[in-house]
Order: sequence, then structure tokens, then C-alpha cells
Amino acid sequence: MIHFLASIGRAVMAALAKVGSVALFALETISHLFRPPFYGREFWHALIQIGWLSLPVVGLTAFFTGGALALQIFAGGSRYGAEAVVPSIVAIGMVRELGPVLGGLMVAARVASSIAAEIGTMKVTEQIDALVTLSTHPMKYLTLPRVLAATLAVPVLVAVGDSVGIMGGYLVGVGRLDFNAATYLKNTVDFLEPWDITSGLFKGAAFGFIVATMGCYHGMQSGRGAQGVGAATKSAVVSASVLIFAANYILTELFFAA
Amino acid sequence: MIELRDIHKTFGANHVLRGVDLTVTKGNSLVIIGGSGTGKSVTLKCILGLIKPDQGQIFVDGQNVEDASRDAFLARFGMLFQGAALFDSIPVWQNVAFRLMRGALKRPKDEAREVAIEKLRRVGLKPEVADKFPAELSGGMQKRVGLARAIAADPEIIFFDEPTTGLDPIMSGVINDLIREIVTEMGATALTITHDMTSVRAIADNVAMLHDGVVKWTGPVNDMDTSGDPYVDQFIHGRAEGPIAAVR
Repeated sequence: MIHFLASIGRAVMAALAKVGSVALFALETISHLFRPPFYGREFWHALIQIGWLSLPVVGLTAFFTGGALALQIFAGGSRYGAEAVVPSIVAIGMVRELGPVLGGLMVAARVASSIAAEIGTMKVTEQIDALVTLSTHPMKYLTLPRVLAATLAVPVLVAVGDSVGIMGGYLVGVGRLDFNAATYLKNTVDFLEPWDITSGLFKGAAFGFIVATMGCYHGMQSGRGAQGVGAATKSAVVSASVLIFAANYILTELFFAA
Repeated sequence: MIELRDIHKTFGANHVLRGVDLTVTKGNSLVIIGGSGTGKSVTLKCILGLIKPDQGQIFVDGQNVEDASRDAFLARFGMLFQGAALFDSIPVWQNVAFRLMRGALKRPKDEAREVAIEKLRRVGLKPEVADKFPAELSGGMQKRVGLARAIAADPEIIFFDEPTTGLDPIMSGVINDLIREIVTEMGATALTITHDMTSVRAIADNVAMLHDGVVKWTGPVNDMDTSGDPYVDQFIHGRAEGPIAAVR
């Protein structure tokens, strides 16, 4: 019994130590935002890699989700004779929840993994040590540009995803469910409030921060060899995804709890 | 001058350094030899501040490295890593000129590129190599690019970590000769760690034998063969029998 309790205690301590380690890493990253030098080229490069190159995957995900959402709401709403709510529910669902969460998850899959693999490989091939010997702080050169770029780029991706998702719903609504095009658009716009949209963008920024921070953290903590880099990549994607869901719940409570 | 006093370092249960005392005089080339896992790389990384020793002090020109300004301290160093450690995402010339394109030594891009091409030429690489990416180069060429990067800012102190590992004997000879020439012409202080006895004889003014986390023997390279130290004898002759266990 004692051994069992001790093993639980050790696991809890290890988990808490990990949480503390991640929190310190995130705080150190933020602190570099206020301490030069800054590496603008690295930032622009990260912005393109994380923002621009994620557009297709986020857009396609949102498009098909918006379409499926329209079909589901129509099917569910028809049980109560409430088919007319399709445009407004698609719009609110996309901008408040599905746009940010699915966008964040797709970026986590694409970006957290690539950041962790890149930085992990740099670590095992001594490139991180080489940076230090060249008087370049790895947190400033590798971490801050990626975290900043993701924090700024993901809200933009979410905005694009929201629009494309609503468009997916519109195309299904008008093309498959026989909605009047003008009525569909009017219902979409009339029921959306500015806070619905901005809350989703705030979520996007938080998710972007989480994704890049997890990618960088696990890359920097990578073990030796291919197995170490593989484990770091897996941990980055899993932890980023779980934290996105956790942060989504907390932010939803903060933004919308009565 | 680099001076290490009673350096200890432990990783978990593994007590890697157990009191390393070592001195590298200015303009001298010291080579640290010793088997795998004896703490050679850890010693080097402790000097650079990549690893913090648990105990002991390190002085560079009389100044404790703990008290030195980090950037100013590192600006005096160049280092050639075992696998060259070139940055994959940028072309060769930007790797070489990395230090010259940012920080205190920053200079205009064109000038940095010129210096990079000059340093590449110094290590026997043509200017066409400058715009290639590291992955396009052979192991020997990568080592030479790494050497060009190490000397790009004309450092006072250069570290070489296993400079000939993974290279064929001819390329090893080329790298050894380059290191010797460059260290001599720059008047730099050099610290090299290697298993390769050909490298030792080509590069070293002095040799230190590290075993079990302590320096077992140190002296001029010419005295190495007649040192009378059983550890040095076994190592330089590559004998399986002797005080150094073959299975570690």
C-alpha cells in the first residue's frame, strides 16, 4: 500500500515539476520580448512558416466543418421545426468554438511537431551549443520569434477559418438545403455579435502561444538520437492539443459564463 | 591563459569530472586525450559555460569566467564542433559569417559575405561553396566550413572537438594541417579533444591525459612517448591490456 501511495506521490511530483518547468520556460520566453537583441529575420521566417503555410490546412478544415455543421444543425433542427437557425448557429459555432479550436489543433499538428523536430534535431547535433558559442541566445533566436509569430498568426488563421467555415455552411445551406441565399447571409450577419468574433480571435492568440511554446519547450528538452527527437515531437503535439482544449474551456468560462 | 582548478561535474550518479586541474598557456596548443566517456567534452563545455561545473573555478586570462560578461567572453572564442554543427536552414556563407551578421561584431552584409568567402578560401573551399546549404556538402567539407566559422571573427582562443572524427585519413590529414597552420598564423590559444593520435602529433604543443575525471599526465607532445605513465602508454599504443579498462 505504501509503495502504491509513494508511486502516486512521485507521479504527482513529476507532473508538478513538469508544469513548473513549462511555466518558467513560457515566462522566460515572454521576458525576452522586452530585452534586445531581437531577430527580425527569424520572426518573419517563422510568420511565413506558421501563418502563411498553414492557411490551406486551416481553410480546408474549416470549409468541411462548416458544411458538415450546416447539415447536422439542419437535421437536428428539423425535429423541432427549427431549420431556420442553421445560418446563425453555423456562424456562432464557427467563430466562438470550432474556428479557434480546430484552427489551433491543425496548427498544433502541423507547427508544434515541426518546431519540436527542428529544435530537437538542432539540439542533438549541437547546433544549439554552437549558437551559444556564437554569442546568440537560443531563446531569443529560436523560441521568441516562433512564439511571437504563432501568437500573432493564429488569430489571423482563425479569422480566415471562420470566414471559410461560414462559407462552407452557406454553400451547403444554399446548394443542398434549399436556403435562400440572401436570407442565409442576412441571418448569419444579424445574429453575430462583435464579441463572438473577437473572443474567438483571443482564443486563437492563446492557442498560438500554446502551440509554439510546447513545440519549442519539447524541442529544447529533446533526448539524444532519433528516438529522443521522435519523443519530443510526439510530446509537443499531444501536450499542445490537450492544453488547447483546457485553455478553450477556461477562456469560454471567462468570456461567456453568466 | 586558461586555467581550470579542481573542476567537478556529476550527471545523476555519474561523477564525470572529479577534480580537473589544467592550464593552457597563451598561444599554446593543448590536446586533451582520453577514452570515451572520460569527461573531455564536458571539460570543454564547462570552459565555454555550456555546462556549469558543480565545483571548482575556471579562469581565462586571470578572470573568473563566472564574473565575465557573457557576450564579451564568448566573442574571444571560436569552436569547431565534432559534427561541425552547421545551421541547416542558412547557406554556408551565412554559417561562416554568423557572428559577423549580428551582435557586437555586426557588420554590413556584403562585408560579412566577403569575410566568409575569404575564410572559406583559407580552409581550401572555393567561393562557389558559399551559396550551398550544409546538407549539400560532404563530411570533410562540412568540417572545413565549421573551421572557417570558428576562425571567422579571428578569435584569441579556439576549441576543436574531435576535429577528425568520421573523416578518411587523407581528409583528417588536411584538417590537422589546417588547424596547425591557422593556430600558428593567428597566434591563437588552442584546446583540442581527440582520440586520434595522428591529430595529437600534428596539432599539439602539449598533451593532457584525462582518465576517470582527473588529469593523469600532462606534458609536451615530444615527451608523450617516453612519459612512463601507464595510462598514456596504454592509450597512445592502443593496448587492450593496462590500467584503463577496455570495457567501460
